[in-house]
Amino acid sequence: MSRSFWATALLASLLVTPSIALAATDAELAEIRDQIKQMKESYETRIRALEDRLKAAEAAAPAPAAAPAPAAAATPASTPYSASMLAAFNPGIAVVLQGNYQYLKQDPAQYAFNNIQLGEETSPGRRGFGLGESEINFSASVDHLFAGSLTVSLAPDNSVSVEEAYGLVTALPYGIVPKFGRFFSGVGYMNEQHQHAWDFQDAPLAYQAFFGNQFTQDGLQIKWVAPTDILLEFGAEIGNGDAFPGSPRNSNGAGAWSGFVHAGGDVGASSSWRAGVSYLETKAVDRVGRLPDTAGNITQTSFGGKTRTTIADFVWKYAPDGNATRTNFKLQGEYFWQRASGDLTYDSDGALGLTQTDAYSANQSGWYLQGIWQFVPMWRVGFRYDRLNQGTPDYGANAAFLATDPFSPQRSTLMFDWTPSEFSRVRIQYAQNKERPGFTDNEFFLQYILTLGAHGAHKF
Amino acid sequence: MHTIRNWLLATALVAIVAPAHAVLNVFATVPEWGALTEELGGDKVKVYTATNALQDPHHVEAKPSLIARARNADLVVATGAELEVGWLPLVIQQAGNPKVRPGQPGHFEAAAYVTLLDKPARLDRAEGDVHAAGDPHIQTDPRNIARVATALATRLAELDPANADMYRTRYQAFDDKWRAAIARWEREGTPLRGVPVLVQHKAFTYLIAWLGLKQIAALEPKPGVEPTVAYLSEVLATVQRQPAKMVLRAAYQGDRPSQWIAERAKIAPVVLPFTVGGDAEAKDLTSLFDDTIARLLKGAQ
Repeated sequence: MSRSFWATALLASLLVTPSIALAATDAELAEIRDQIKQMKESYETRIRALEDRLKAAEAAAPAPAAAPAPAAAATPASTPYSASMLAAFNPGIAVVLQGNYQYLKQDPAQYAFNNIQLGEETSPGRRGFGLGESEINFSASVDHLFAGSLTVSLAPDNSVSVEEAYGLVTALPYGIVPKFGRFFSGVGYMNEQHQHAWDFQDAPLAYQAFFGNQFTQDGLQIKWVAPTDILLEFGAEIGNGDAFPGSPRNSNGAGAWSGFVHAGGDVGASSSWRAGVSYLETKAVDRVGRLPDTAGNITQTSFGGKTRTTIADFVWKYAPDGNATRTNFKLQGEYFWQRASGDLTYDSDGALGLTQTDAYSANQSGWYLQGIWQFVPMWRVGFRYDRLNQGTPDYGANAAFLATDPFSPQRSTLMFDWTPSEFSRVRIQYAQNKERPGFTDNEFFLQYILTLGAHGAHKF
Repeated sequence: MHTIRNWLLATALVAIVAPAHAVLNVFATVPEWGALTEELGGDKVKVYTATNALQDPHHVEAKPSLIARARNADLVVATGAELEVGWLPLVIQQAGNPKVRPGQPGHFEAAAYVTLLDKPARLDRAEGDVHAAGDPHIQTDPRNIARVATALATRLAELDPANADMYRTRYQAFDDKWRAAIARWEREGTPLRGVPVLVQHKAFTYLIAWLGLKQIAALEPKPGVEPTVAYLSEVLATVQRQPAKMVLRAAYQGDRPSQWIAERAKIAPVVLPFTVGGDAEAKDLTSLFDDTIARLLKGAQ
């Protein structure tokens, strides 16, 4: 069986070379005829292509004088895309460059909320001129089963971090899409977007307070898209929970679980929407945070315990006839509820010599609502309102040290940006941030975002 | 706990849905390919068209509705040549439907079957919204549609062999009708030969090549870049040296640049439907070209 197969294969390959004449069987003759036919067809396509190009060249020729057809016209029709051989297997590479000027009335080192433990990285940034986060992304299909993406973030302090590095299984049917590695969690709406794609320079207060800007999973995500005409998407994630509101725990078990449901569709030709509900549970051990004490000093705290976050989100986009290039409007809002229970250590770095640990529980919420309006091509204006409801946390014995007077931080932000092409944006932003009683910050940002390299995806 | 329930639901739904599709679910990225698939597939295809004629096909988002439709598609019919580069790959990736991934029989790119014009000599974003493979707006030449039809009919027959004969018959009928129509349009369009025109966006390369119009200039300084008054003034100076008969724009584009130049150069602003649904007359592929020729002839008077 296999010997005759190889013999046939050898014979067939010899027949391809026309100089070797062998006694041909009917099947082989048919094969030759087939090949000649294919060649003929291929040449016909080429000739047709040349004719078309000639016509086009004639039509485009500026002067009536008979100009010879350009040599480039010889490109065959059958290979319309020819990437250079070296570039052919390289991944798509995109680079994001950002920088800003920031005027902050209050000292950013004093940025804190009463009763809400902000994570270490949460801050309005530095004063004056600064480089923003630069980003390098590589993405490509891995093979017939996987696709991969790596996003490296270069911080202005010259530190490098892996923002996202994930694989996707692309070969599974029935709407199942597994993702694994490090990725922005699919909870909420904004969480999955990179910072340079946000409509304001900074994250909403709710994201700052409850997610330390953005929640990253190191783990596994499975999404399932239901076979319906409106989008119904279910997702579940499991991960190590190292990222805020979790923390590294030196444990074999998982530290974060989440689940989410998204629904979305169109209303007529002009409107599209998406709404979702998400749940995230994380565990933390010695998670460093900061809280103002009774004297108004920012003190270091640490938290150990469980945090449960529920998010409701929606976004509605409107563009006349669906043509967002000219004018469009986008309304977006998210509501966070977060319950935390465990132990809180006051003065965890011992800076004040008052280190003390006691039970802690809190039930807090926060939300934002923002509208962005592109009133003429390239120009947009936006407004965002933020609010946190800090509830009345139970600090146990630590209540004696901490500023516990109830106060709801709120912020109003105005934004104006210019987007001359898909690859560049310049933005000014002004915010009034009522952080704590008697502590209001006026913030002015001037920012640029440049994208070079591979064409980015237009995420909804 | 919720996830387990979802999985059970998934399995149950899959069991219900899988054997039920008697027709091919086709996801067409732009109206012209939606219309062509309907011509060739008749009642054996169920076509969803992702965009309408009034949308800029370069700037579409991976909307939830598109992900849901791509999830159930047996065939994606796209233009290719990077026209949909900003959204189609993301839609396909998020839809979890490997049948319609590039390279699969369920992924059809029209641009692969025609000769692309205007392959840029210099690939640089400073040149504006350039497409490396060439101009993707191939549908403005009906001869391209004929070529795509041949390939698409073959593809439909491959994907749905049970109805292969029907696709062949419908293709033959379409091809006969289309060739006759091309001959008629070329006859009707004879007066357009050599007529000098301006275009707002470089969207009509194939139409211009087909009818033998003469493109004097484009109003956009670079493809996809909104014209400024300063640049329009330069174009106006060009037109005063080298008169043009009319200025063409696609239905999805704003009218301000063409109006500006039309008023000052005293030429006719002509809005072309660009694709099926671009105006009330362009109801299908045939009426798309009937209307295009009629509007051009009116503008050339």
